[in-house]
Amino acid sequence: MKKFDLLLDNKILSLIIIVICLASFLKPWLLINGILIGSLYSLGSIGLSLIYGNLKFANMAHGDFMTLSSYIALTLMMFLFPNSENSTSVGPFTFKYELLMVMPLAAIIIGLMAVILDKLIFKKLRKLNATSAAIALCSLGLAVSIRGFIQFIWGTDSASFPRESKLFWDLPFRIKIPPDMFFCSVVAVIIAIIFYLVLFKTTLGKAIRATSDNPDLARITGINTDRIILYIWFIGGILAATAGILISVQQALITPVMGWKILIPLFAAVIVGGIGNPIGALIGGILIGITGELATGWINPSYKPAVYFFVLLIVLLLRPNGILGNKGRQF
Amino acid sequence: MDSILYFFIGFLIMSGIYAVFTVGLNIHWGQTGLFNIGIASFFLLGAYTAAIFSSPSPNLAKYEEYLWGGNFSQLTLLGVDIWFPIILLLSAFICILVAIPLAMITIRLKEDYLALVTLGLAETLRIVFINETWLANGTRGMYSIPRPFDYINIGNYDYIYFVVVLITLIFVYFIAQKATNSPWGRVLRGIKDNENTMIASGKNVLKFKVEAFAFGAGIMGIGGALFTHGKRFIDPITFEPMLATFIIWSMLMVGGSGNNKGAIFGSFLMWGIWTFTQFLPGFLSDANLRFVFVGLIIVLFQLYKPQGIIPAK
Repeated sequence: MKKFDLLLDNKILSLIIIVICLASFLKPWLLINGILIGSLYSLGSIGLSLIYGNLKFANMAHGDFMTLSSYIALTLMMFLFPNSENSTSVGPFTFKYELLMVMPLAAIIIGLMAVILDKLIFKKLRKLNATSAAIALCSLGLAVSIRGFIQFIWGTDSASFPRESKLFWDLPFRIKIPPDMFFCSVVAVIIAIIFYLVLFKTTLGKAIRATSDNPDLARITGINTDRIILYIWFIGGILAATAGILISVQQALITPVMGWKILIPLFAAVIVGGIGNPIGALIGGILIGITGELATGWINPSYKPAVYFFVLLIVLLLRPNGILGNKGRQF
Repeated sequence: MDSILYFFIGFLIMSGIYAVFTVGLNIHWGQTGLFNIGIASFFLLGAYTAAIFSSPSPNLAKYEEYLWGGNFSQLTLLGVDIWFPIILLLSAFICILVAIPLAMITIRLKEDYLALVTLGLAETLRIVFINETWLANGTRGMYSIPRPFDYINIGNYDYIYFVVVLITLIFVYFIAQKATNSPWGRVLRGIKDNENTMIASGKNVLKFKVEAFAFGAGIMGIGGALFTHGKRFIDPITFEPMLATFIIWSMLMVGGSGNNKGAIFGSFLMWGIWTFTQFLPGFLSDANLRFVFVGLIIVLFQLYKPQGIIPAK
């Protein structure tokens, strides 16, 4: 109940919530779409929030990790299963069985890549006592390089996983859900739950939270913080990779810029939820998804990124610590 | 032989325009430590302000979707194009107008937030200019933008524009240098080095930061206007972040953040590398490899030589 009070003590914020409720009452199909898309944003923003909260910098390369994972999954699929074009697709979904096998593999590759990049770049920056803006600048450079690399290897054209067209699910109230979207959201929720269990029910999770809270104190109590940071990068990479693959399945499209374009909603979700707060990132992602989708009911859909930007601005104006405030649970 | 000379002059013009942006970024990052990754937004604002205000209103003979043109290019005094400096200042003014509220929202918060907001602004402005065709002709872009001193005829117009860019660059450099060496500039450097000492010595740090952000944004607006009148064609795709933000960051990193001379040197060097690598044989001339290179430059200089080639004194 306490969290609920926090939401309501700000008049403008409660006004916004009322507007969202009203809008979703008028056009419920947009609300459903928003929740489904928002769950994908959540998955991306949980990883981003994990890194932001623990390593104290905005990782601009997170989006490009997502893009890279999609392309790696695509290549693995072509390489390991050359005739996946002709194989049958899973149940009511458009993608093939092979994708489910390739996905964890690509996620682990991205996780390891994140660990290696930390050893090569970010560890040195931490040793140099660089400011958080300087580290964020490095991650920006990294993002540019990754995108250049992607465009060099796979070209600037868009690609997509082998797929088969399927019918949408027709539900009452004009709700139409592509089966893929439903699948992606379910997977996103499952991964978010697994992540939650790791963070709050295991020793590793405890160590991560301790390191985030106070690195020096964690070190004194015998936690190997350098190792914990590697785990953080690995988990962050895996979350980014799964989010990237799921989003490209849902869009049926992989483009080199998709990760860069998604950075603004992801960061908006992280800040809405409060930096370093996993539950907040989950709620923030879904809220951002809902807001973006609902807005398309009344304004030109191509303005969606502008809507995300305005959400970011409003949150920074009213509640820069996120809607759950400082009282939200930190990592 | 002439074509090589023209190519080289074109290269110098572009480097000079980038140098203006880099000096602006140097005010943000090099002097004050403000993390702006939406240079594209001020680039776009400056460029479109110049284009809209200098172009004539559309008529039936030349039908355009956009509604309004300032037609400032008719404004001359004793046959001299005084509209050009007016347009430059107007572009700077519009950028400052946008920069101030943006800075006031974010600068009191964490330093990364400014980056996120500027990034979002750049995307948003680009979408606005794509969709609102009445504003600036949408994706078809503004073309035949008037250029200053068009009536002087010495064969190749680029020579004249090179002089225009050079004079503007010297002017911008002079102002930036003056600001850097003033007490105001010293406060900014103090903020970058240690914000708390500046607060302790009674400086209103927030006010200084907002001023610095507005000042840098104004210089970027001038750069945008210079670009418009040089290229004579702009559309929203011109302001993709690669050529409008990232490369400018790499220029500042190479040249030396905190040093205006270094910033100018860096922009000539990086634009030189960007331009002349297209003549490399085989796959080396691939534009995407240049993306990788620009990114690596930012990372490597940040890791091994944070002061750049010409460090600040």
